[in-house]
Amino acid sequence: MSNEKLEKIKKELQEDLQNVKTETFLNELKVKYLGKKGLITELNSEIKNIPNEEKKSFGMAVNEIRNLFNTSYDEKLKAFKEEELNKKLASETIDITLPSKKIKRGSLHPMTLITEEFEDLFVSMGYTVYEGPEIESDENCFQKLNIPKGHPARDAQDTFYLKDEFENFLLRSQTSTAQVRAMEENVEKKPLRIVCPGKVYRRDEDATHSHQFMQIEGLVIDENVSMADLKGTLELFCKKILGEKTEVRFRPSYFPFTEPSVEVDVSCFKCQGKGCNLCKQTGWIEVLGAGMVHPNVLQMCGYDPKKYQGFAFGTGLDRFAMFKYGIPDIRTIYGNDIRFIEQFARKDDTYEIK
Amino acid sequence: MKLSRNFVNDYIDLDKDLSIKKIAEDMTSIGNEYDLAYPLIDCTNLVVGKILSCTNHPDSDHLHTCVVDIGTEKLNIVCGAPNCREGLKVIVAKDGAVLPGGTIKKGIIRGCESNGMICSLAELGLENKFLEAKDKDGIHEFADDVEVGSNPIKALGLDDEVIDFELTSNRGDLLSILGMAYELGAIYNKKVKSIDTSFTETKDDVNDVFKIQIATSDCPLFLAKKALNVTIKESPAFIKNRLIASGIRPINNVVDISNYVMLETGQPLHFYDADSLGDTLIVRNALENEKLITLDNIERTLSPEDIVIANKTSPVGLAGVMGGLSTEVELTTKNIIIESAIFDNIKIRKTSKKILRSEASNRFEKGLDPNRTYLAIERSCALLQKYANAQIMQGTVVYDKISKESKKISLSLDKINKVLGITIPEKEVISILERLAFTVSKEATSLLVEVPTRRRDISIEEDLIEEVGRIYGMDNIKGKLPVLDISLGTYNKTKRAIKHKLADLGLNETVSYTLISKDNVKDFTTDDFEPIYLNDPMSEDRNALRNSLLHSLKEIYLYNKARNNSDISIFEIGKCFYKEDTKYKEDLHLGILLSGEFYYDIKKTKVDFYILKGIAEELLDFLGYENRYTFEKDEHIPRQLHPGISASINVNGNKIGFLGKVHPKTLKDDVYVLEINLDKLLNIKTAKMKYKDISKYPSIIKDVAFIVNKDITSKEIMDTIKKASSKILTNIELFDLYTGENIGADKKSLAYKLTFMSPTRTLTEEEVMIIFNNVIEKVQKAHNAVLRDK
Repeated sequence: MSNEKLEKIKKELQEDLQNVKTETFLNELKVKYLGKKGLITELNSEIKNIPNEEKKSFGMAVNEIRNLFNTSYDEKLKAFKEEELNKKLASETIDITLPSKKIKRGSLHPMTLITEEFEDLFVSMGYTVYEGPEIESDENCFQKLNIPKGHPARDAQDTFYLKDEFENFLLRSQTSTAQVRAMEENVEKKPLRIVCPGKVYRRDEDATHSHQFMQIEGLVIDENVSMADLKGTLELFCKKILGEKTEVRFRPSYFPFTEPSVEVDVSCFKCQGKGCNLCKQTGWIEVLGAGMVHPNVLQMCGYDPKKYQGFAFGTGLDRFAMFKYGIPDIRTIYGNDIRFIEQFARKDDTYEIK
Repeated sequence: MKLSRNFVNDYIDLDKDLSIKKIAEDMTSIGNEYDLAYPLIDCTNLVVGKILSCTNHPDSDHLHTCVVDIGTEKLNIVCGAPNCREGLKVIVAKDGAVLPGGTIKKGIIRGCESNGMICSLAELGLENKFLEAKDKDGIHEFADDVEVGSNPIKALGLDDEVIDFELTSNRGDLLSILGMAYELGAIYNKKVKSIDTSFTETKDDVNDVFKIQIATSDCPLFLAKKALNVTIKESPAFIKNRLIASGIRPINNVVDISNYVMLETGQPLHFYDADSLGDTLIVRNALENEKLITLDNIERTLSPEDIVIANKTSPVGLAGVMGGLSTEVELTTKNIIIESAIFDNIKIRKTSKKILRSEASNRFEKGLDPNRTYLAIERSCALLQKYANAQIMQGTVVYDKISKESKKISLSLDKINKVLGITIPEKEVISILERLAFTVSKEATSLLVEVPTRRRDISIEEDLIEEVGRIYGMDNIKGKLPVLDISLGTYNKTKRAIKHKLADLGLNETVSYTLISKDNVKDFTTDDFEPIYLNDPMSEDRNALRNSLLHSLKEIYLYNKARNNSDISIFEIGKCFYKEDTKYKEDLHLGILLSGEFYYDIKKTKVDFYILKGIAEELLDFLGYENRYTFEKDEHIPRQLHPGISASINVNGNKIGFLGKVHPKTLKDDVYVLEINLDKLLNIKTAKMKYKDISKYPSIIKDVAFIVNKDITSKEIMDTIKKASSKILTNIELFDLYTGENIGADKKSLAYKLTFMSPTRTLTEEEVMIIFNNVIEKVQKAHNAVLRDK
């Protein structure tokens, strides 16, 4: 009799489970089968009425039904929960094409980018970045650089002098003035290795000249540095800044504060030396002035020219920025049009070491 | 300096096969940079022709149809020149000829065949200033002895080539054909030929009829000679053509000779009409406001800085710059005083800068070789005799207080190699120096080099090293990296960190001009400083050194606004300048300007005071000033800021800057600015970055809201809360601000979250409540606050 009942309950359960469509109905089944007066619970209480030799097999059969219920229940419940969550997620769907909540994209000015690139390169070679003041004395800007008053080299650097009691002071026309300061401040007169980036000012203005622009000056003083060392240094530097294929050419020239002096040309990076508009068909572009520090300059800044010699080089940072980023007019650099500035809001990996 | 190849060929034999470009490049490689190298007449396919017949074009009122014999054939050519006529020998550009104006092609001109062009000199590319009157309006007319079929450029004597050099300012000696010849001699190992200075003199001594007085220390050498009975006429073709090639307009034989000798020797000469000048010549400094009419018929007002040449009554020339009109050599001139002198180069530079840059002043400025002063006066006499039939009086009037000794400089081989970083053998060093025409003698451990006086740029051993290097070839130096002690490279990390921080926060860096207008120099300042001005500004827009970056940022804002770039968030770091006592000062400032949107979202949130304040706080925290700064309402703030929406920024009680909204009188738009004196700020030391223990114990959080009058600031309430608590209050956060009718129109509600925590133990609810209740009581009392129900 009990076995019949058992088979009936099992059949009923299987039918019920097939008809479960909601979580509520599933829970009602739990009460129906496993509740205090549930069908399976009742079967349990009937065990005592079963003959001893059948008890075991009956018990196993009841457990089987119970397990059937539990497994099915868990499965169904999980499926209902899953379905419910999916419904919720679906209802939360957003339009991912709407604009982002974006913070403005900041950027460093191209002159900062180029300055830092130069600084990093020289710092890695043991140079210290030395920034002097922008107001200078005539003495530091010219006289101590071997350019006495009335010297024709002053013509090339038409200078802004200050008014009234500061008539012997000026806005520096070249970063070479920082050389003078660094040498004088080095009281122990030890070897020196510096680069001096900064703003300079000249009375000049057109598409390639701005009355304010930026230069960087390099100076190395030691007992045995030579033109060959200068060339090697500039070769390395030009390759790193302008590309590994860059070649460097020395042409003798004249600067009052160096002797010997050279102009430094690099092979044209636009046409690789074949000749183009940028290099005026010569294959070369003049980028730096350099030379061995004039003994008069060493002397005036307190170094013994018999013991020490040094090399110096200088160049326009704007020129490099114009080359590197292809900016045709220097006035664009200082125009600060946001559409210009924002173009530099990214990492530049042109010369990254791979 | 334009170098004529024909001219320099008088003094050095250059290989005919050397192209002008090669010479120019070789000169450049030894330091004499060229700009252009070109044939004086850059034309092809030209030939001398003879017009056999010339008839009026049937279809034109000014064209002619000509038959022209060019030797090999007879060409029909249509020509429009008014002077075109039968029998004339002319320049013919054949079919395919390339002229500066384009290529000549066969064609039909108004129905008539034309197989070339009869040319004017202008069509060959000769500048108008070099054309004689007869050549200005038509085709060039050759003399009849010119051969048909020959090369017209040769027949004109214009078969020359020119290199235009951009010389360095130390090489005044290269402003002469002789100087160039020495450079070329060094390159190609050729000797420079001597200059012809031979002439005959009359029996009478010039010193008996002419005197000079030198009444200034600015003239160390003055020579004068007298030429009699000159014939003024056209110069011979070679002189004219060389002047043209050198860029100087031929005038007449006498004037041309003075220019010709200047070009040859580098020594400017001046010729005076002797009869207008009188018997005495005085060199002196000009008087204040002294007047002189120069050759160009302009009255010049002089000062004692200028050196003048005068006769007994008045100035007759501006020394070294330009002659005077009153003693000009004219067609009627018979007798000439020749001046060859040296004047103080700095004085000449100043005068010429003020009055006029001339070929002469350019040479004087760079300094002259006294031996050339002597050479030039002799050379001019030789040419005047030969080409102007002059009789030269015996002797020279001389004032000479200048050294003409050549310099002797010791040169050590070791030093050459140490400076250049390469090894050049002694033999080669000597060879280079001798090619430069220096005299070299060997001494025990070095060379003794005698440098000719023409090379005024050479005075020390390093100068000689440069000579050796540049002729050896600076580019032949092989680069190597210096071997130096290891040293630590450093840079200003803080400045860089600030820039990067602000860029990371979404600001764009600008770089603007230091120079601004006097009218704006006090904008965005507290007006309590003395500005610095330029003595000689380029324009009124840029005559003062800025004291604030904000005027520049405002200009950038307006510039961008005018271009519809509406969301501006920019910063700049730059120097600002002022006077302090008797000294000038420059401080590094940071300026920020915000306008429009800072966060881009669909709600279009505009910038406000608090965004800018947040940027300032973030920057100050980042720099290590956390909990050490305050923003305070400040009466003493630039007038260009809104009085109610502005504050000063204070670190450790030092005012280091300000921020706020730009005053509507200055800008109508909603623009916010900040300026910090970075030098002041960074002088304030920060603590080292160091780990602090994080409390292991739980915190207790209490919320409280107060209703207070609107004029009470949040900072006042927070200060009271802090005072009423103990150290276990670790954080106060304002989490809600409410205003509304239901709490009263002049009231606001401020809600704070207070965090209590101890680093050493777990706090009890009771002890926190004691403090919390005390806080409530104190705030109620101090600010007349009412506790707001939750």
